[in-house]
Amino acid sequence: MENLFFKDDNDRVDGIFKVTGKAKYFAEYELPGLTYGVLVTSTVTKGKITSLDTKAAEKAPGVIAVVSHLNKPSAPLYEQEGGSPMKIFYTNQVFYNGQPIAIVVANTFERATYAASLVKATYEKEDFNTDFEKALADPKAKKLQGQPNYKRGIENAYKTADVQVEQRYVLPIETHNPMELHGIIADWKPADRVTVYAKTQGVKATQNTIANVFKIPAENIQVNSEFVGGGFGMALRTWPLEIATVMASKHIGKPVKLVITRMQMFTMVGNRPAAIQKVGLGATKEGKLTGITHTAFGESSVYENFTEGVVNMAKFMYQCDNVNTAYTIVPVDLGVPIWMRGPGEATGAFALESAIDEMAHALDMDPLDFRIMNDPETDQQRNKPFSSKNIKEAYKLGAEKIGWSNRKNKPGSLVEGPWQTGYGVSVGVFNANRGKASVKGILKADGSLVLQSATSDIGPGTGTGMTLIANKLMDIPVNKITFELGDSSLPPAPSQGGSATLSTIGSAVNDVCLSLKSTIAELAANSNMDATSNFVDVLRKNNLPSIEVTKESQAGKERDNYSMYSFSIHFVQVKVNNLTGVVKVSKIVSVGDSGKIISPKTARSQMIGGAVGGIGMALTEEAVIDHRFGRYINNNFADYHVPVHADVPQIDVIFIDKPDPIINPMGAKGMGEIALIGFSAAVANAVFNATGKRIRTLPITPDKILAG
Amino acid sequence: MQSSDPNQNQGDSRRNFLKKSTIIAAVALTPSAAVKAAENGVDERFAELFEKIPLNLTVNNKAYTASVEPRVTLLDLLREELHLTGTKKGCDHGQCGACTVHVDGIRVNSCLSLAVTNEGKKITTIEGLAEGDELHPMQKAFIKHDGFQCGYCTPGQIMSAVACIKEGHANSRAEIREYMSGNICRCGAYPNIVDAIVEVKEGGAKL
Repeated sequence: MENLFFKDDNDRVDGIFKVTGKAKYFAEYELPGLTYGVLVTSTVTKGKITSLDTKAAEKAPGVIAVVSHLNKPSAPLYEQEGGSPMKIFYTNQVFYNGQPIAIVVANTFERATYAASLVKATYEKEDFNTDFEKALADPKAKKLQGQPNYKRGIENAYKTADVQVEQRYVLPIETHNPMELHGIIADWKPADRVTVYAKTQGVKATQNTIANVFKIPAENIQVNSEFVGGGFGMALRTWPLEIATVMASKHIGKPVKLVITRMQMFTMVGNRPAAIQKVGLGATKEGKLTGITHTAFGESSVYENFTEGVVNMAKFMYQCDNVNTAYTIVPVDLGVPIWMRGPGEATGAFALESAIDEMAHALDMDPLDFRIMNDPETDQQRNKPFSSKNIKEAYKLGAEKIGWSNRKNKPGSLVEGPWQTGYGVSVGVFNANRGKASVKGILKADGSLVLQSATSDIGPGTGTGMTLIANKLMDIPVNKITFELGDSSLPPAPSQGGSATLSTIGSAVNDVCLSLKSTIAELAANSNMDATSNFVDVLRKNNLPSIEVTKESQAGKERDNYSMYSFSIHFVQVKVNNLTGVVKVSKIVSVGDSGKIISPKTARSQMIGGAVGGIGMALTEEAVIDHRFGRYINNNFADYHVPVHADVPQIDVIFIDKPDPIINPMGAKGMGEIALIGFSAAVANAVFNATGKRIRTLPITPDKILAG
Repeated sequence: MQSSDPNQNQGDSRRNFLKKSTIIAAVALTPSAAVKAAENGVDERFAELFEKIPLNLTVNNKAYTASVEPRVTLLDLLREELHLTGTKKGCDHGQCGACTVHVDGIRVNSCLSLAVTNEGKKITTIEGLAEGDELHPMQKAFIKHDGFQCGYCTPGQIMSAVACIKEGHANSRAEIREYMSGNICRCGAYPNIVDAIVEVKEGGAKL
């Protein structure tokens, strides 16, 4: 992409495309002969399809084909026995309500939609259970260990402590629901050459999945995904609906576009699983933690297992000699979950950080003082030093900014008419990762630099961050630097997830820039030029239109000696109306301790976005299922409430902005996850401080406040 | 032939409806032949001939003549027929605001507006906001304040933001938040969007 209209070095490099409507998302590519797919979905929750009548649909105007388990094209992976991924159209089994069972393809979207309504299925129904709490309580229901049990010191030591807290915390299903609807354009051409326009967090992952399912060489598959309208984790895998579309294109020999409905976004592209957690904390009367027990149960599906890091934080976040954790997954008859921003850590942090606040209250301590008192110097889980950790400074800066001194430790102290004001704090933490990636750099005699990598940008500003890294290293103006991504033919990079893109790809950009600089220096020396000569002059003198280099980059061994995490501290002020039970988040200060900040403007936006997501998690978001039918009943934006403008106050973001000496050459740690992890607990803690009511079941809706 | 009732478009009822409408509307055809064709199951093919309606509208100061089925929304007409994909589909139910356009200067969820109801109207989409290469002040302000992340809700936010000021609903941050609440941003760029609107409002540029 080109950089146009540059006014500020910090502006998003693709901003101009996004504000003019020129940014093209997957569904916006025009292909000759493009057709439209619409899914037919199961109307029962569990059972077998016994018949599928597609005659009326096939006769409807404009319909080209109806593809289902009855007539699907060859997909060799699915012809094999066993294996856990759902084999779409290779089974007549229904695993959840709303599962795709056929795709109708027509020459317009409206005709495909109408024809899909004409497909009639009959089923042999089976008993089902979509109720996670019911499955958990049922001794006969299947349960699986989600992570090995962890124990340090004495198990359940909290039970013998001077001061004890033992509480149960409940989270409902939450859904990603990025604004862009999911789907894909698939174009299967003769000789098994496939081009797709995908909504994906990993073009290489999409390429590999399609290659595996259809057993064709990966290089036959071109995946394009330049602009992605949000992901939050849901685009970290290739979903059955995408494979269905590729099958449809293979079947009819034309490109097929599928864009699923908002209602389908709730059922077939994953969710943050429901969770029930128990946290036990023990402390001395002086406020030293002596025992932490964190036990978690997470919802999963019957056809694929899903696990995440729900109990990770308890193992290292606080200084404590006795810690034990357990994590179990409980399959129910729903679509399989997938990591949602902050993934399991956000789930776990709600429980742990609520319990920490409860303990501080039990000790009659300021929760900030209690956290500082129990802040660890080293990682007790791994017995390693932290590569960098500035959490005490973060506590101090955030507390000053929010006006923590106005907080009263006694709940319900700040009252003005029906409004009660409270302050809450919580911590978020996530692995600071660095993976392996390749970047190609092309330095041109016209003064420009092109960088290429098969990474993605789902919104954080990948291209902007990479451009700024190159800008600093090469001293090339940002409007002369282009970063190309979202194309599987570019040098390989991992999927965008786990807050690792800037660290991973940025390191490769760093290596490419250093290599280009040294090549220029050599050329300068060889042509008797000053070592500080401008690269344009050096290239021209050597009659070179450009030079290029590709570098693969990954962390060295030194990192093994350190424990590496990004941290966030969320400070929240809430106002709770004691007549209506309404909670308004009135002030937010989020402090990020995530190493060096490369792109301040987009980094700030990412922290703000995490806080907004946290408001939804804390106050409004809950996917509700009618367990009699196994169906979501609020699967739309009118009934499932994501935060809107009116829910969100001004948000202050503070960065510690100190480079981490270990993680990567930039000293930058990830921050996509920490922006959200812990936030919901800060709100719950603030609600308690405002009202004295401890809400342990999210979301904190008015009914719970009034009942509490 | 104005039936936007979805029940009219289901299976047999659609077929019966077509028989009747064929008799009424197909002056140039032999009604009995059309009815016979319907009975033989080729009625759905005939539907194509009768269901399209001529439509004239202006989009971003350019006149368009189209022939559309009555069930096509303004949003799908813009995206799929006119290839103006800056207007986004986020829910198709008027719940998210991603499809916001101006119809005769008023902000409208284009997913809730059937294309054929826009005969003779002037539509402005995100593609029509800038004056050539000169960005609209709201577009500039969104870039300056980073009023987006993934960018998918952005065209709708910008169209709504311009209308919000024109309507006189941008007199305070609280008022802006209230009148922008029909435009969802899942990335959570709200505070930056409000900053952008405040700046444009205070800048006093003619919108």
